[in-house]
Amino acid sequence: MSWAGPEDIYLSTSLANYLDKKLLALLRDGRKLFGTLRSFDQFANAVLEGACERIIVGDLYCDIPLGLYIIRGENVVLIGELAQKAEEVASDLKGTMKKRMDFLDMD
Amino acid sequence: MLFFSYFKDLVGREVTVELKNDLALRGTLHSVDQYLNIKLENTRVVDQDKYPHMLSVRNCFIRGSVVRYVQLPPDGVDVELLHDATRREARGG
Repeated sequence: MSWAGPEDIYLSTSLANYLDKKLLALLRDGRKLFGTLRSFDQFANAVLEGACERIIVGDLYCDIPLGLYIIRGENVVLIGELAQKAEEVASDLKGTMKKRMDFLDMD
Repeated sequence: MLFFSYFKDLVGREVTVELKNDLALRGTLHSVDQYLNIKLENTRVVDQDKYPHMLSVRNCFIRGSVVRYVQLPPDGVDVELLHDATRREARGG
């Protein structure tokens, strides 16, 4: 990932736009890791918070919670941004509203 | 640098990226960098049933090292331009 020049700001391939988002990381060994991207570097090393490995067999899947993970970039195949479901959008909105109300200190 | 420049000109076009793990992704080329990492938007998996975990992935970042092919629309290639650029690279590089 090169440093963005002024003309590259809109054309960036960096993972910066994916920071703090819930992602799917596909690894070379076939594992699927879900988590929130907290950090990355030029090698596509990544830090995933609240990571879990999703194991899918046919129609069934299960999540194994892993905690805080650092993935070495050479193992990364793909990092996918998950489309936010309606409930997640709603809960994000509730979160920001609560933060604003806490500031008002209404109790 | 040649293919980096070439892909930069293809930004906005529909491409299919076939990966070394046989996963094929179709999408709009959003951006590319010097390592030929690729960002795709509006990503669809070619064989969706085989890869259910990719269902809710709309945009993705693909590490350049795992790409096997980038399939382009037939009118996406100006062969003459590529030839000239290649000759220049061979001479100057």
